[in-house]
Amino acid sequence: MSPDTALRGRPERRAFVNAHIVDPSQGLDAAGGIVIADGRIVAIGPKVTAVNAGTGTPITDCGGKLLIPGLIDMRVFTGEPGNEHRETLASASEAAAAGGVTTIIVMPDTDPVIDDPAIVDFILRRARDTAIVRVAPMAALTQGLAGERMTEIGMLQEAGAVAVTDGRQALANARTFRRALAYARDFGMLVVQHVEEPTLANGVMNEGEQATRLGLPGIPAAAEVIMLERDIRLVELTGAAYHAAQISSAASLDVIRAAKAHGLPVSCGVSVNHLVLNENDIGAYRTFFKLSPPLRSEDDRKALVAGLADGSIDVIVSSHNPQNADTKRLPFSEAEFGAIGLETLFAAAFGLTRTSGVPIKRIIEAMTARPAQLLGLETGTLAAGAPADFTIADPDRSWTVETSLLRSRSKNTPFERHALEGRIVETVVAGESVYAYDQR
Amino acid sequence: MTPATDRPPRILEGQHLLGVEALKVGEIEALLGLADRYVDLNRQIDKKQATLRGRTQINLFFEASTRTQSSFELAGKRLGADVMNMSMSSSSLSKGETVLDTAMTLNAMHPDILVVRHHASGAPDLLAQKVGCAVVNAGDGQHEHPTQALLDALTIRRRLGRLDGLTVAICGDIAHSRVARSNIILLNRMGARVRLVAPSSLLPAAVGRLGAEVFTSMAEGLSGVDVVMMLRLQLERMQGAFVPSTREYYRFFGLDQDKLARAKQDALVMHPGPMNRGVEIDSGVADGIQSVIREQVEMGVAVRMAVLDALARNLPGGGNA
Repeated sequence: MSPDTALRGRPERRAFVNAHIVDPSQGLDAAGGIVIADGRIVAIGPKVTAVNAGTGTPITDCGGKLLIPGLIDMRVFTGEPGNEHRETLASASEAAAAGGVTTIIVMPDTDPVIDDPAIVDFILRRARDTAIVRVAPMAALTQGLAGERMTEIGMLQEAGAVAVTDGRQALANARTFRRALAYARDFGMLVVQHVEEPTLANGVMNEGEQATRLGLPGIPAAAEVIMLERDIRLVELTGAAYHAAQISSAASLDVIRAAKAHGLPVSCGVSVNHLVLNENDIGAYRTFFKLSPPLRSEDDRKALVAGLADGSIDVIVSSHNPQNADTKRLPFSEAEFGAIGLETLFAAAFGLTRTSGVPIKRIIEAMTARPAQLLGLETGTLAAGAPADFTIADPDRSWTVETSLLRSRSKNTPFERHALEGRIVETVVAGESVYAYDQR
Repeated sequence: MTPATDRPPRILEGQHLLGVEALKVGEIEALLGLADRYVDLNRQIDKKQATLRGRTQINLFFEASTRTQSSFELAGKRLGADVMNMSMSSSSLSKGETVLDTAMTLNAMHPDILVVRHHASGAPDLLAQKVGCAVVNAGDGQHEHPTQALLDALTIRRRLGRLDGLTVAICGDIAHSRVARSNIILLNRMGARVRLVAPSSLLPAAVGRLGAEVFTSMAEGLSGVDVVMMLRLQLERMQGAFVPSTREYYRFFGLDQDKLARAKQDALVMHPGPMNRGVEIDSGVADGIQSVIREQVEMGVAVRMAVLDALARNLPGGGNA
């Protein structure tokens, strides 16, 4: 079962007209509409209007709002199986739908770990039965995430895993990583790494003045750069497709740019948090801003935004990581890393078009066409024939993040009571409306 | 001295057989031709020859081996040599004696032929520099196993009538295989085309430069080949270090009927043994009609007789010295 066939799709023909369509996969940024049938897109473009949508076809007038491919979030942690009190596939999918995300890529560090084809199968079945958006797992890169022995990458891929990763920990052993890269290459499997040298990363926030003032142990940006540089040498040796799950510093960006200039199969992501927040937001030990990698300086943040704008950074992720009071209402150094982000992903990223002048096409591409391309998914596009996964957003509606209204089972958002611009008003997966904003 | 006309012709130029790398096409052909004769002899009731009468052959094995050692032992005995087996894995080495100390001790016993297996690549070369007798490499580390490549060539040649122009796929743990290295060299030298099929984690660096086409998919690598040569994958290498698991290895790289169907219809299936059934090879294929695995063992004795015979001809008093 592949993630793209998990949802069968509604047979009804429907049209969405009078929209501002942005689909980077086709270089499209124009007024127009789409027609869907059997869960797929059958027509798209400026010529799709209420008049020619076809007689008897139910029509939704988008009122000039944005219509974009459903977002693909490449980094989502849930608690299923093992920690369902934090998040289930169902609750994560509800949050995703409300955030315009139609495909969530879930991480393997569940309990049990997704390191066996049978667990991949379990995730896909649970998702089919309980989730309202598409779910595709990344499988573990090493057995039990222990960092020692590679997993059955070929069989995991056959079962439906879209990439391999050790989740929130780096595979530090260079020899093991090299062999896993070499082996994954033969299967065309993307290897995703949390880039952080563990022996340098035993702090809790960015190393620097803020950490010193707060009396907290720091994690230097070098921890990230060292691992990234090492990994890129191994990519050079093996030819495997490699993706740095998240980068957080300006220095890492230089490394990525150099690797790409060399023509290496290297890509990277950034969390939306690192594009809009910095270490100063931690304020008085606010644990919802304790992230891995840590929020860094304002200079780093600006560099990451520039890297996103010029395409050096490939994808934006939410790095949705649900944590409850039991793991977050603790002294900063003892609290867990992570923040939720599915429901705020679009709005937080969209804000960059206004605050930093990042082209909207690039922002949408980083959450649709580019992740689809890296993972080999047929979604992330509005091209005729593609699955009818899309979302409609009102770019002019501002809203305030109320934690009590968030759909995630955990409420650890760093955007609590923030006013965000850009509101998802409808989300469609395989032709079926899975979310509608009720104050439209 | 025996008259010149009675001397058996010289086959090998060198004093030792340390690898197939040093062998010329003519030498290989002569060895295979001589081995062909020994195959016939071995099928007779009276297999005893006097070719090596009076000669002493020592099988010096620093690494455990049942097949190769017994094959060399039988070969020597059938040619009339006095054969002594020394298993060094458990004796002197544990007492701290070096390889060269052992060799010098043995040298004092005046052997004529020393058959050496060692876990370190290059160990037989080192010995050959220090002893007065002929040295046969019976497998050194991940370097060479010349008699295996010769017996494989003999098996193929007897079955398919030639080596020139054939396409041979060598599949599996290339990285750790001396059998693969010797076969790549020998088959290339004899005009065959060699393909290597393995996951990248089991391919040594720059192996394509050795004169072989490299594949990481069995379906592609076996397509249209005349011979499929499987290699043994050691258990400790398939539990996550080089390969994730035995079931995954079997699924993607184990030779089963489906994968074999990609090769030519009458393609030969070979394996140097011992086999891991259900890991690198399916039992049905190993015992199937295309398998020549047991024949390889028979050819092994004949090839080793040819090698011992040829080397003895170059010894002092051997007629060609």
